[in-house]
Amino acid sequence: MASATDSPALQAPTPQVRAPRRGLGHLRAGSLLGTVPFFAYVAVFLFIPTLVVVIGAFAGDGGVTLANVKALGEGYILDAFGRSIALSAITAVIGAVLGAVLAYALVTARPGGPLRRVVTAASGVLAQFGGVTLAFAFIATIGLSGFVTVFLRDHLGIDLYAGGVWLFELPGLALVYTYFQVPLMVIVFLPALDGLRPQWREATESLGGSTWQYWTRVAGPLLAPAFLGSLLLLFANAFSAYATAAALVSQGNPIVPLQIRGALTSEVVLGQQNLGKAMALGMVVVVALVMTGYTLLQRRTARWLG
Amino acid sequence: MAGLRARRARRQRVFRWTVLTVAGVFFLLPLAAMLEFSTRGGGTWSLLVDWPQLSETYPDLAEGILASLGQAALTALLMLALLVPTAIWVRLRLPGLRPLVEFVCLLPLTIPAIVLVVGLAPVYAWVNYFIGGSSLTLTFAYTILVLPYAYRAIDAGLSAIDVRTLAEAARGLGAGWATVMVRVVLPNIRSAVLSAAFLTVALVLGEFTIASLLNRTNLQVAINLLGKSSATMSVAVSLAALVLAFVLLLLLSLFGDRRRTSR
Repeated sequence: MASATDSPALQAPTPQVRAPRRGLGHLRAGSLLGTVPFFAYVAVFLFIPTLVVVIGAFAGDGGVTLANVKALGEGYILDAFGRSIALSAITAVIGAVLGAVLAYALVTARPGGPLRRVVTAASGVLAQFGGVTLAFAFIATIGLSGFVTVFLRDHLGIDLYAGGVWLFELPGLALVYTYFQVPLMVIVFLPALDGLRPQWREATESLGGSTWQYWTRVAGPLLAPAFLGSLLLLFANAFSAYATAAALVSQGNPIVPLQIRGALTSEVVLGQQNLGKAMALGMVVVVALVMTGYTLLQRRTARWLG
Repeated sequence: MAGLRARRARRQRVFRWTVLTVAGVFFLLPLAAMLEFSTRGGGTWSLLVDWPQLSETYPDLAEGILASLGQAALTALLMLALLVPTAIWVRLRLPGLRPLVEFVCLLPLTIPAIVLVVGLAPVYAWVNYFIGGSSLTLTFAYTILVLPYAYRAIDAGLSAIDVRTLAEAARGLGAGWATVMVRVVLPNIRSAVLSAAFLTVALVLGEFTIASLLNRTNLQVAINLLGKSSATMSVAVSLAALVLAFVLLLLLSLFGDRRRTSR
């Protein structure tokens, strides 16, 4: 943009017309004052809560302790982290593959057409709107008296739950998570697919390349960073999800967010509160690592498909 | 070449409709099942649109719906009051600060709501002390939750216009900073502001984690609670909420489109 207007020398005269006695120093300080409400608000409701988690994770009865963080090594907590990571990884991979195929099907349709508009809006709802409602959707579908369960039992003689009621356990969670991971993939992967120019395909063809060569030598390498980045985002999304599990899982606390709930709500065991903070810190570390990877891959994507 | 292209277009059409049909069945089946489930026994949907009757039969649900609507409206207002002036101000006067503001706004993406709630508990002890324990106080936490989405929408709107030239023209004609923001810049980013507000409303209506763990109520908490006593009603409300969110986001995409074409 116009670089001349960016230099302070040319900016200064404007306020001087109204208030000639003010110097440049006042102007900087006055300018900073304008951002005070924003930073004050964020400090209270974002930075302090984060600090509470970080400090709490290392706080004990009489000062600093590593006991909470060491307690993360206990069997049931390690198991919860393991299950959380496995659940997130599986649903992220399934969601990313299916979502990418669906996104490609959409991208071949006319941009701005009603099909794309409707599917994008629907994806937004399913990806981000409340895990509780989705849990109930699946209870209505394949719950004990759900639509599909009853239909299969009465008409085809198939019992969905012959091997136990899996909907309210990890397999059920994986199914419902997939239901919101695929739409999220559609949302985050569509822009990358839109960035693929038809000219690149034409160039491949005029050089004698086949469809297979186009996908493996041109489009594939171009899309790979975007795909991997989206995969990481999906992982973080599943790893952070709480509502679906809270509404669906009836017994025990199989995954980390539910363990944190347990630590928050139990008043029986003293010191549980700070254990909750240690687990929360563990979650932040995992999500921060994953999101850093996402940001780096995103930057790589922007080079060609931005 | 033309024949090749026609053949590929046909193949793509077949591929597109196959994929969309399969996906459509997988994604619409649960919604259809919700409709079937919630119409069993009858009377559920007529009760849902009869507000006095509904609030008498399910007082918790009515309270949750009202709380969510209040939270959505207040969060949208607070978010706009906080973000719009700051975003404009930083662009005009402190361009060096923009990366920091952007980083802070995107930070909530890396902090899961379940983690935020752990840290918010002591902060809300103070909120309780000063303002009280009303469910509307969740507005404070929700404003943080929607920051990344709202910031992206508003920032995109500001990038689409030449804020500096507009502001300099207005200042040159004797306008104060308040006039510049309210009467010059704001009307130019109207659709971005509307997008941010719509996204905020949709996100707040779907929030469960923080409300539930801070012992406050909203729509999702009420649905979850209702699921234990009246599954039919909770499924009906879930479906209604999903449809409402869908309509909101569809309207949003129409606004977004108008923004792009008018540019």
